[in-house]
Amino acid sequence: MSAAFVQYLLTGLTVGAIYALVALGFSIIYNASQVINFAQGEFVMIGGMGAVWLSAAGLPLPLAVVLAVAAATLVGLALEKLAVEPARGAPVVVLIIITIGASIFLRGLATIVWDKKLHVLQPFSGDAPIAVLGATILPQSLWVLGVTLLIVLLLAWFFGRTLLGKAMLATSHNRLAAQLVGVNVRSLLCLSFGLSAALGAVAGVLVAPITLTSYDVGVMLGLKGFAAAILGGMGSGAGAVVGGLVLGIAESMSAGYVSSAYKDVIAFAIMLSVLFFMPSGLLGKRASDRV
Amino acid sequence: MNFRRALGCLTLGFALVAALEPGQALAQEPIKIGTFLSITGPAAFLGDPENKTLELYIEKLNAAGGLIGRKLQLVSYDDAGDAEKARTFAKRLIEQDKVDLIVGGSTTGTTMAVVPLVESAQLPFVSLAGAVVIIEPVKKWVFKTPHTDRMACEKIFIDMQARGASKIALISGAGGFDKSMRAECLTVAKKHQIEVIADETYGAGDTDMTAQLTKIKNTPGVQAVLNAGFGQGPAIVTKNYRQIGMKLPLYQSHGVASKEYIKLAGEAAEGVRLPAAALLVAEALPASDPQKPVVTGYKREYETRFKSEVSTFGGHAYDGLMLAVEAIKRAGSTDKAQVRDALEGLHGYMGTAGVVNMAPSDHMGLDLTAFRMLEVKDGDWVLVR
Repeated sequence: MSAAFVQYLLTGLTVGAIYALVALGFSIIYNASQVINFAQGEFVMIGGMGAVWLSAAGLPLPLAVVLAVAAATLVGLALEKLAVEPARGAPVVVLIIITIGASIFLRGLATIVWDKKLHVLQPFSGDAPIAVLGATILPQSLWVLGVTLLIVLLLAWFFGRTLLGKAMLATSHNRLAAQLVGVNVRSLLCLSFGLSAALGAVAGVLVAPITLTSYDVGVMLGLKGFAAAILGGMGSGAGAVVGGLVLGIAESMSAGYVSSAYKDVIAFAIMLSVLFFMPSGLLGKRASDRV
Repeated sequence: MNFRRALGCLTLGFALVAALEPGQALAQEPIKIGTFLSITGPAAFLGDPENKTLELYIEKLNAAGGLIGRKLQLVSYDDAGDAEKARTFAKRLIEQDKVDLIVGGSTTGTTMAVVPLVESAQLPFVSLAGAVVIIEPVKKWVFKTPHTDRMACEKIFIDMQARGASKIALISGAGGFDKSMRAECLTVAKKHQIEVIADETYGAGDTDMTAQLTKIKNTPGVQAVLNAGFGQGPAIVTKNYRQIGMKLPLYQSHGVASKEYIKLAGEAAEGVRLPAAALLVAEALPASDPQKPVVTGYKREYETRFKSEVSTFGGHAYDGLMLAVEAIKRAGSTDKAQVRDALEGLHGYMGTAGVVNMAPSDHMGLDLTAFRMLEVKDGDWVLVR
């Protein structure tokens, strides 16, 4: 019984780490501009498919991974420059719809540049399962967990200790005040898109050996990452990570202990009940208005 | 002068008519064969070889002079595995393109969506999908070429019995074929002294089945596992199976009878068994095997032309087209009712899936001998004997 529990926990952590990376991408962009970037899932797809394509073309795996993440970052920057910035003055809803349109466009572009088939990426360090407390974990899952932890620590250092990171946080707290103290809000927006795209692409590359990748993996992953970001509190970095892990573990436990057919239902039901009692999410800022 | 002009016109008219009366082939309408296939999307490794096969053989038939003195024309649409799209395209084929017959429907879902349309339009339809529900109960205008899921279950159960397994676990997905095969397996299990003691399912886009497989692993007494499905699901189930260290025999359905599955599942696919048409092991068949000429011929043509390995799905399309061609030949026309009757009366036709004997109560015509049990060894298919 407890070996099964460990198995479900490990699976939940792995999948939760991926949701956390996607959720972080949502939060970072939301912080910089109040926009929810629904093309986030597509960055995950570009990372995965790009790495598959480049490594199939003969490049060594590490180089393919780095180039794929770089390509996704460029796409993120292009998205910001070409789609979001020209519509700067528009209401947030319009910007969100623009990102939805961009996600559809990117998916279509992916079917032309690549194809619609499923692809598998070679695991980073082999696929011999490792036994842990009666359960097994793939080396790739260790990569996922390790890299996610590293990224979370790096982001914590970036936002907490560097001037640029602090400037981004300042922008999220009060945009006008940040502008007044000389923060270049426009280029920070650009940076936030690039950073989110890189995060998404890293998630895509990490998970492609386990879950297979294709042109439309971004749809479900983007949706779940968004749900995780909401659960943890949109805009909160720690919230994104906590939300991702909670969602992943809830899914895995429901599949294991309740019913595999209803695991999505249960995971989303948990999310809804949390939001019912804590509308700003687990770690979100409590919204308050001055009367 | 009026009379002369009238006479001139008449003469000109006759002359024109005489000039425009060349050989039958050019003046006659081409035979239109309509198809809707899942060329892209989750069922792409079914629909893509099917489409390629149809194009290749219609080209060859036309080069050899056509059929009953007329050329063949293929009207093809891609439904991307979506039943709604399939229905729309079938409507277009019937009403706008006015095809004479349809050979298509890569998946059970897309086929079943189209069945009411062909029944009311009274158009012969040869489906390339797997579930038994397509031809049972028998529908007047619907035929199919692949083995049914029920036959897959029976073939697998017979092999399981031979290996001494009697208590098994079932894991299946959410698609039409998956659900149908699961239901069929549960129904015919008793007949083969098999008891299903664990029954897990996964969702359509799921990327991790370790939870379900862990539950199966912890069910005491399980001796073998059967995965009913096709596409992404079985590939991930296979990878997860190896990941959690399960050593019990794993069986797949003929829904993954393609090299794509081996490529996606990687090393985890070693030792997996599944029932499939002899096409996949064409070279390994003994020379006395009656199926050998047909399957090696098709394999050679397909691989030379498209530089990629054959799959049984392309074979189903080949069978579908050849059955239709044979029926049209026997009917001597493209009259829909006559072609349908000719299709129903086909006996002893040897296809890539096996020998076909159609009957009013059996619109598939295959029996269990048509299925061979294969095993994955060193990344390739091997006949189990």
